[in-house]
Amino acid sequence: MSPPARRDSLEKLEKLIAALKAKGIITEEELAERQAQTDRASPETGARMVARAWLDPEWRALLLRDGTAAAEAMGVSMAGAPPLGVLEDTPQRHHLIVCTLCSCYPRAVLGYPPHWYKSFAYRSRAVRDPRGVLAEWGTVLPEGMEIRVVDSTADYRWMVLPMRPPGTEGWSEDQLAAIVTRDVLVGVALPQVPAAAAA
Amino acid sequence: MTPAEGTSSAASDPPGGPATAPRFAPGARVHVKDDWPERRGPCHIRTPHYLRGRTGTVQRVLGSFPNPEDLAFARPAPKRVLYHVLFEQPPIWNEGRPGDEILVEIFEHWLEPADAAKEAA
Repeated sequence: MSPPARRDSLEKLEKLIAALKAKGIITEEELAERQAQTDRASPETGARMVARAWLDPEWRALLLRDGTAAAEAMGVSMAGAPPLGVLEDTPQRHHLIVCTLCSCYPRAVLGYPPHWYKSFAYRSRAVRDPRGVLAEWGTVLPEGMEIRVVDSTADYRWMVLPMRPPGTEGWSEDQLAAIVTRDVLVGVALPQVPAAAAA
Repeated sequence: MTPAEGTSSAASDPPGGPATAPRFAPGARVHVKDDWPERRGPCHIRTPHYLRGRTGTVQRVLGSFPNPEDLAFARPAPKRVLYHVLFEQPPIWNEGRPGDEILVEIFEHWLEPADAAKEAA
């Protein structure tokens, strides 16, 4: 966890907010709404978008064509947020998302990035040794599957649409969403079907 | 986080804005300029150092966005076309598995047409 904010930082923040309000740039209501949006954002949104794509071809097409519109359709306000792009895993290709320059992350649909995503180790190694990084996550790709590392360097934010795993036939959207974790949406892990469910 | 994030300027434009007359089309071979502005003074650059001087293929035109190199210094930031450019991963590091790739957002002013003759050599 990050250390608590310093007293002088908080005082500066208070002064900045007061100045922005005085200039009519933001209102208390806008600030509260944005705070609420940020707190609501979680990987459950991304997981539901993926689960729906596994069930509904039309939704899948929208998700891949215009991730921002798909997020809006999920009730996520994307106004002022960077556009969302969704990249489709195939039997031949696995996507892994990283931001080597800083920590660009699709917060609108995944919430706050985990600490490891912002670490120098992940950011520098993901582009150079993606298979080594995946192995440390216990993620071994099937033979013949290539990796496409996506370095999120500019104005888009990227999310992975993983392949639906076998053993999930007939599952509901809720069941499917439950196996799509944050790590799956970044591409360091693959969706896992619990042994009991697969049996 | 880019300096653009959190500003409201995007509200009046569709995501990415219209891609006005992109210089490169999907499939074009492009060369990332071997330029190091950080050696000349303070700057903000969204082109990763490991790709400077490398050759890749335009995969997609992503739209036009205010140039982050200007935004970072609160200068007027004309829109630049942003591309998704695909690179073979192993040649960059002299290691890795053939077939693995890196896909990166790069602004048009960092790209030039790849020298076909040089590539064939």
